[in-house]
Amino acid sequence: MSAAIGNTILSLPDQSTAQIPKRNYINNEHGLLSWLLTGDHKRIAILYLISITFFFFIGGAFAGLIRLELLTPQPDLVSSDTYNKFFTMHGIIMIFLFLVPSVPATLGNFLIPIMLGAKDLAFPKINLLSWYLYVIGGTLTLAALVLGGVDTGWTFTTPLSTHYLNTHVITAAMAIFIAGFASIFTGLNFIVTIHRMRCPGMTWFRMPLFVWAHYAASLLMVLGTPVLAIALVLVALERLFGIGVFDPTKGGDPLLFQHLFWFYSHPAVYIMILPGMGVISEVISTFSRKRIFGYTAVAFSSVAIALFGFFVWEHHMFIMGVSNYSALVFSLLTMLVAVPSAIKIFNWAFTLQKGSITFETPMLYSFGFMGLFTIGGLTGVFLGSLGMDIHLTETYFIVAHFHFVMVGGMLMAFLAGIHFWWPKMTGRMYPESLSKLAAVTTFIGFNLTFLPQFILGYLGMPRRYHAYPPEFQVLNVLSTAGATVLGVGYMLPMLYLAWSLKYGAIAGDNPWQATGLEWQIQSPPLTENFTETPIMDHEAYDYEWLANKTKNEVTTVG
Amino acid sequence: MGLSPVLWQFLVKWLHNSSLFPAEASGISPYVDALYFFLVLMTIVGTALVAVLMLVFSIRYRREKNPVATQIEGSTLLEATWTIIPLAIFLVTFVWGALLYFRIYDPPANAMNIYIVGKQWMWKAEHPGGQHEINALHVPLGKPVQLTMISQDVFHSFSIPDFRIKREAIPGRYTTVWFEATQVGTYHLFCTQYCGTQHSGMVGEVTVMTPENYKKWLEQSTSGQSLAQNGERLFASMGCNSCHSGTAAARGPSLAGVYGSKLTLTDGSQILVDDAYLRDAILNPSRHVTAGFAPIMPTYQGQLSEDGLIDLVEFIKNLQSNYRVQQTFMTSASGESAPTTPPQGTTETVNP
Amino acid sequence: MDSALATTDPNMPETEVYGEHEHVALPQHRHHFETEEQQREAGSFGMWLFLLTEIMFFGGMFFAYLLYRNWYYPAFVAASNQLSVPIGTANTAILITSGFCMAVGVWAAEVRKRTLLVVMLILTTVFGVAFLGFKYDEYHEKYELHHIPGNNFNVSMFTNPAAYGLKEDPLPPDMAQKTQIFFFLYFAMTGMHALHMIIGIALLFWLTWRAHRGDFSSGYVAPIENFGLYWHFVDIVWIFLFPLLYLINRHPMH
Repeated sequence: MSAAIGNTILSLPDQSTAQIPKRNYINNEHGLLSWLLTGDHKRIAILYLISITFFFFIGGAFAGLIRLELLTPQPDLVSSDTYNKFFTMHGIIMIFLFLVPSVPATLGNFLIPIMLGAKDLAFPKINLLSWYLYVIGGTLTLAALVLGGVDTGWTFTTPLSTHYLNTHVITAAMAIFIAGFASIFTGLNFIVTIHRMRCPGMTWFRMPLFVWAHYAASLLMVLGTPVLAIALVLVALERLFGIGVFDPTKGGDPLLFQHLFWFYSHPAVYIMILPGMGVISEVISTFSRKRIFGYTAVAFSSVAIALFGFFVWEHHMFIMGVSNYSALVFSLLTMLVAVPSAIKIFNWAFTLQKGSITFETPMLYSFGFMGLFTIGGLTGVFLGSLGMDIHLTETYFIVAHFHFVMVGGMLMAFLAGIHFWWPKMTGRMYPESLSKLAAVTTFIGFNLTFLPQFILGYLGMPRRYHAYPPEFQVLNVLSTAGATVLGVGYMLPMLYLAWSLKYGAIAGDNPWQATGLEWQIQSPPLTENFTETPIMDHEAYDYEWLANKTKNEVTTVG
Repeated sequence: MGLSPVLWQFLVKWLHNSSLFPAEASGISPYVDALYFFLVLMTIVGTALVAVLMLVFSIRYRREKNPVATQIEGSTLLEATWTIIPLAIFLVTFVWGALLYFRIYDPPANAMNIYIVGKQWMWKAEHPGGQHEINALHVPLGKPVQLTMISQDVFHSFSIPDFRIKREAIPGRYTTVWFEATQVGTYHLFCTQYCGTQHSGMVGEVTVMTPENYKKWLEQSTSGQSLAQNGERLFASMGCNSCHSGTAAARGPSLAGVYGSKLTLTDGSQILVDDAYLRDAILNPSRHVTAGFAPIMPTYQGQLSEDGLIDLVEFIKNLQSNYRVQQTFMTSASGESAPTTPPQGTTETVNP
Repeated sequence: MDSALATTDPNMPETEVYGEHEHVALPQHRHHFETEEQQREAGSFGMWLFLLTEIMFFGGMFFAYLLYRNWYYPAFVAASNQLSVPIGTANTAILITSGFCMAVGVWAAEVRKRTLLVVMLILTTVFGVAFLGFKYDEYHEKYELHHIPGNNFNVSMFTNPAAYGLKEDPLPPDMAQKTQIFFFLYFAMTGMHALHMIIGIALLFWLTWRAHRGDFSSGYVAPIENFGLYWHFVDIVWIFLFPLLYLINRHPMH
């Protein structure tokens, strides 16, 4: 391996003799029931992966339909009601059923116990329950869709959602309520596992940054989600009984709902992005074969984001007649929450310095993440700045901004993570050149879709518009064209990853020569992860330790 | 080989509409654009910096050139640099944005006032002279205009991109925004807060006219009754004048000259009488009982439309003496012909 | 979480004698935990986190309560006066007694007194049911008075208290309407609390059956301890609800 200094660190076993380990978590038990009743965190992660992929493509289909409608300024493809249902379903599915559980419930579920040297999460049954709640939430969402749809927008703004619509608001609210508990249980499980189940020697500052990021995100899940839950319960009760908590004609305050809603939904943004940042830390370190620059700073910036993230929700309401002084405070806090993200970006960039860098697919996705997330984050500063927010909020600028963070950031990170750990999860490699093509396609398609939307936003095109003035058409056509490319970029991984399950090269234990505990065990792992409890005797990302270990193995074997 | 006509048209359209920025048609626009350019510059420099770092490191330290990585713990100095510099830039942005915010939302004292009522799915503008417009707004050039907005049903948001202003129209409370148009022309007016089925149909046009043309327009489109006159009629027909008559024995406080003054309430607190206060005092009278009076006023919640409330507010705002109030009250009490039936065109403002 | 351990602290010697120091592999020990100690700690830590979630859940309603109480103070005072303090006090006493029984039950489990544990769990259940019974009575009274928010809500008791034989000041009609918001919050908050009680009682039946079977007589007490935490949390929510809804700004009727 040491002789081959080329442009890859990929080291696969000899394919003519290599075999998938005889005993692993996939073939440990057989039959559908063994999956549906499993307590194994890895199997639950796979269940989650399948279900969120399903919902991702449904949400993506709605995005496609939205872009198709916006190809022309006239409302010609579908009626206004249908269009409103499209973007509502797109939002609900993508946020609550894809982005929130994406990395934590799949990669986090699979990897956190292994990274900590534990046999499983603290509460396997609650973990399974969480998946079932997710499925029930997803089914209810689909039910709301099939029964005729919802057109509240994912924000459920009162009094529109409570008194002025007769679509299936309660069904959708219950779907989110239930899916919310799936998220609470995942977060709870992670926090307990991280606190109580670390293997000997695994101190807090030896944990991989992936775990730190999940710890911060879990705090947000556990503390934020219940507030959304109660807000939705109040909306449902208000619809059922017409009581007036959010109805101004009966003395209620419609802004109260927004406060409760954004108290969750702003931290939710960090629930979505933090685990993605965790993935990026792992990938960047592995492919530059270098310890993360300023480990502590990156770890604490995750926690800082979680902490500040709770106190910026009002920046969604700057133009809604909140008091000027509270607007000032929340604008200032919004500026502060941007700083830890900047720290992370520069720390990752400087991790590359003096590294030994290779450019496999996960690394390409991570580079994509860094560029797009930087733009997404900095455009967030536009919106946090009070005077600028007045012109930009509720336009396509904000749509472009959060898609840069969520799709450009989170989805890129998710795909980076899926490719990075695919050999660990399945024991097989994905096809490298095809996946590089997909990464590049995604990046180009993404920019073509969302860069024009920044300009549209500054020109003043409002979001959630079914029809728009004709002078905005050119930019909209560009955006739709980009969305087509992006769609191809997302279909590709789905196809070749499925192909690789049977035909991919056998990956071996540690194809990337990475340092994490998960790479020191067989792929795919045993049901119990470790044959004996590991002892963590080195820092995270210690490549010298890895080199010594490999050398010793070679000498003992040879 | 000729271009297909569709593609040709598309390209022509593109060239015609290749604007990257909206027109600067209000006094505030240049200030907003200045901050925007600063922020765009920050984004470009920031992204370029990250991109250049990634590119340079990727080339210099790729595996072929640098087979063995040098392990670095970190550098407090460097980390402090990229904590403090972004923080400083963000703080500048914060201060700049905050100053702009107050400039956009604090109207000058001499601004003329126009009322805006949002409802599913149209904008209704009411000029003090009684001119009504639907999905349109005519304003004079070079004069500060304050919009006092309210929604009759759900959240709406009043946005004129070419003026760089936007404000949510909220059910149940007044919000304000102001601008000073600096260019004659017509501009888009959008509702930007999702408000139900026809959200994207809740659009209109803002027409900026020279002061002379505006004056002509006002004269041509008047309904014959100013808002205050409508308000006076309502004041009589709802029986407000029976208590708020301004006489010594009146059961309600005199309203003449009350607008803009500081009122002492029964609980001892002082409150400034503005549009929002007047509206709330009509709908939730018991929350605002003036010191020295009993909480006997009934609520008018559900009996007055938002337009009617605006008329009443406008009437009370302009009420300088109680002479006419008492006159109306006497005539109606004595059974003589009183203006209880408003003339056509204004009846719609009363919602019995 | 220290406070929870503090409640069981006096019993620690017994626990140690019977539990940790024996190193007997319990049948309930789950394979993915290194030690039983770790399993037990993880369980109680998880329970505390769950209760934190619950606090945030109720927190949303407390926030709404504070806001509207500030806005519609007279309506909240008048409506609050219509709640029965004797029943509320009785219910508080009942719930605290129930919590005491639960605490004794946890101790009984730790010292492996099976019969005492079963008796205490039954007593906890009985007091819990009694609480719900009184609560039902209160709800029923509100139903008869048309004080349940919705279309049948009737404000005449607040606009014209004299007609009902109450020596209250009448509320102006617009303020009287706002009593509906008080009653909505009252039903939402106590209703959520009652829902937690019902879930708790269902769990109590299950735990009683298991305790009777002897599941908790061999040193494995985690379910009892964790349920105890949950039950005490439900108590504490009530301890906040009672003064906020029943007592605050109560004034003697003149």
